Amino acid sequence: MKIKSLVSIHQYSKDDILCILENAARFEASPNRNLMEGRVAATLFFEPSTRTRLSFETAVNRLGGRVIGFQDASTTSSSKGETLKDTILMVSNYADLIIMRHHLEGAARYASEVAGIPVINAGDGANQHPSQTLLDLYSIQKTQGRLDNLTITLVGDLRYGRTVHSLIAGMSHFKPSFHFVAPDEMRMPDEQKSFCDNLGIPYTEHTDFTEDIINRSDILYMTRVQRERFTDPEEYERVKNVYILRRSMIGQSKSNLRILHPLPRVNEIASDVDDSPKAYFIQQARNGLFARQAIICDVLGINHLI
Amino acid sequence: MSSTQKKREMQVAALENGTAIDHIPPRQLFKVAHLLELEKLDTNTITIGNNFPSRKMGRKGVIKIADKFFEENEINRIALIAPNVVLNEIRDYEVTRKQPVSLPGELIGIVKCNNPKCITNNEPMPTRFTVINKESGAIKCHYCERKINKEEIIVK
Ligand SMILES: [Zn+2]
Repeated sequence: MKIKSLVSIHQYSKDDILCILENAARFEASPNRNLMEGRVAATLFFEPSTRTRLSFETAVNRLGGRVIGFQDASTTSSSKGETLKDTILMVSNYADLIIMRHHLEGAARYASEVAGIPVINAGDGANQHPSQTLLDLYSIQKTQGRLDNLTITLVGDLRYGRTVHSLIAGMSHFKPSFHFVAPDEMRMPDEQKSFCDNLGIPYTEHTDFTEDIINRSDILYMTRVQRERFTDPEEYERVKNVYILRRSMIGQSKSNLRILHPLPRVNEIASDVDDSPKAYFIQQARNGLFARQAIICDVLGINHLI
Repeated sequence: MSSTQKKREMQVAALENGTAIDHIPPRQLFKVAHLLELEKLDTNTITIGNNFPSRKMGRKGVIKIADKFFEENEINRIALIAPNVVLNEIRDYEVTRKQPVSLPGELIGIVKCNNPKCITNNEPMPTRFTVINKESGAIKCHYCERKINKEEIIVK
């Protein structure tokens, strides 16, 4: 039997995605199930990410599995020059599943090729972070009651933001329309735009973040504009406050509008938005638990959930 | 013997059996030799000539290897840097097969990834690229998913 891993959102068909989301809803209804009883998951965080690690480890625990692993590569032999391959092979001796985050791009794919057990990519540098995309899709479906024919506005760093690139790929099955709102130096790359063009997915690009765009949106997906991405510090100062969402901007928005953010946020969503019923980013993170439970079961071949 | 005749004879130094690779862009000649791993051939007679006049391309390089016939996958590696090369299989002084090279669908261990943060640049492992456009020669890293245009390709 071929070992199933989750490396990239691109490997999932529309049906695969819908199946994961269906199971995520089942886990939300009843999160504690002993489906992983007697099994061991290794969480290998070569690059630290407390938020993602806690979410995955909670998912394993609620499935009745056990967790081994590390959260800081400086304490492992990889800091002594051990190859990724050797670390993965060593862990494959002990665990039934690897959940890994690595600063190098392609690390998860390589690990999945050498592991002999399923590998879930919990982020490989700027490349892929598929569980984030699936929790985003779950959040969108849950708040909108559907995934089809939605208008989604992506705001902030659209050039380097892997979550928005993956979200476009994940949503591409569901006839979306996009607004891309970003400063010039963080515009959506040509690769993603031609991906949309090839699939006939409409999008419009904006540099101004206006109420007019917000009022047409079903989903407002905010991302962080990071200082370190700018070569010109003055340019950063100029744009850093342009892409901040404030409560006053959503007054006329659609009643079904929901505001998402992959977190952590810095200042791109003003705190006066938090109390709005349209703010959804905290619940969004909670949905990550259920999406990850569904992903773990999928790669382990645990089917027929009810 | 006229000087033109002499020139021609040098160019087509008789090869009884083996492979003559013609129309190599002069700047790529040594790269081609390297990609074909000619340095590993210990007993075959190898003739390498460069900057021969060519009607088609101005100047060209030629490589002749006695008693050696290449597999398709060996030869297609050079398509990346010398796409118009023609391969002549010679048996008993006759050209028995003329074979243009073509870009394979996948390149393993030939190209270096341009992304310094790619796992292949940080781990002892072969690179792997998918050719995403045979015409433009654009390739994509199987690991970090970086797209590389033909002009940016670095051959290992
Ligand atoms: Zn790469």
